[in-house]
Amino acid sequence: MSLLTSLLAGLIFGLGLVISGMTNPAKVLGFLDLFGQWDPALAFVMAGALMVGSVAFRIAGKRTRTILGAPISLPTARNIDRRLVVGSLAFGIGWGLAGYCPGPVITSLATGGGKPWIFFVAMLAGMAMFEIAERRNT
Amino acid sequence: MSAYYAPLIGGIMIGLGAAMLLLLNGRIAGISGILGGLLGKAFIRQPGSRGDTAWRIAFLVGLVAAPLLYKMFTALPTVQVDAGAGTLVVAGLLVGLGTRYASGCTSGHGVCGLSRLSPRSLMATVTFMAAGFATVAVVRGLL
Repeated sequence: MSLLTSLLAGLIFGLGLVISGMTNPAKVLGFLDLFGQWDPALAFVMAGALMVGSVAFRIAGKRTRTILGAPISLPTARNIDRRLVVGSLAFGIGWGLAGYCPGPVITSLATGGGKPWIFFVAMLAGMAMFEIAERRNT
Repeated sequence: MSAYYAPLIGGIMIGLGAAMLLLLNGRIAGISGILGGLLGKAFIRQPGSRGDTAWRIAFLVGLVAAPLLYKMFTALPTVQVDAGAGTLVVAGLLVGLGTRYASGCTSGHGVCGLSRLSPRSLMATVTFMAAGFATVAVVRGLL
């Protein structure tokens, strides 16, 4: 049951990415072109997602388990540290270079041709580098 | 104004997907965390973590399948990728490394973190948005 709900959640999330225009890097870069030909469309994506998301998190905050009985695990980290800021800077630069972030590139794998795959494999490599560095530090 | 209907409706659906995963599975719909968590498991075998793997794969399968389902009803919106292979590799590496160090991306910090009013996620979102704006300004200014 929990696998089915997770699959459905991914499916709806992915459909949202397609419909919103997030899977189109040119559209994303148009939104990030704040000092040029700015296309504000994707601000509406965030607005729509936050309208629903804020209600969902308000409900989740009052519960310890889901309707299906699974424990609700909310993030516990509170600290704003260098990892958060430097990591977000690196992510933002990569996002601005190609116009892909993790969700949309995965949603583009089946139908977007070769380019999303190049980005995706490089992204996996970056994530693997992180895992290796973390193992070395501990 | 109608140019903003699709982004708004798409955004609401993104929120619904995240709400479903949260309220039915108890999980945060942060894509870099869902994928990176799988990768982390491949590097280190944690006993008893099997129950933590399947839901991740199921969600990612949903993401991949979404445009295939969409295509059964109507033509997919056209997409344009201007970046060449070299740029895509550099950008992919930065996104992979950066989102893991920051523990989140547009979905985890942006959608979910801002929804629950997390100051940490607000800081992350402001930072990656600013970096994105600056990067596009530099790239388009130089070309």
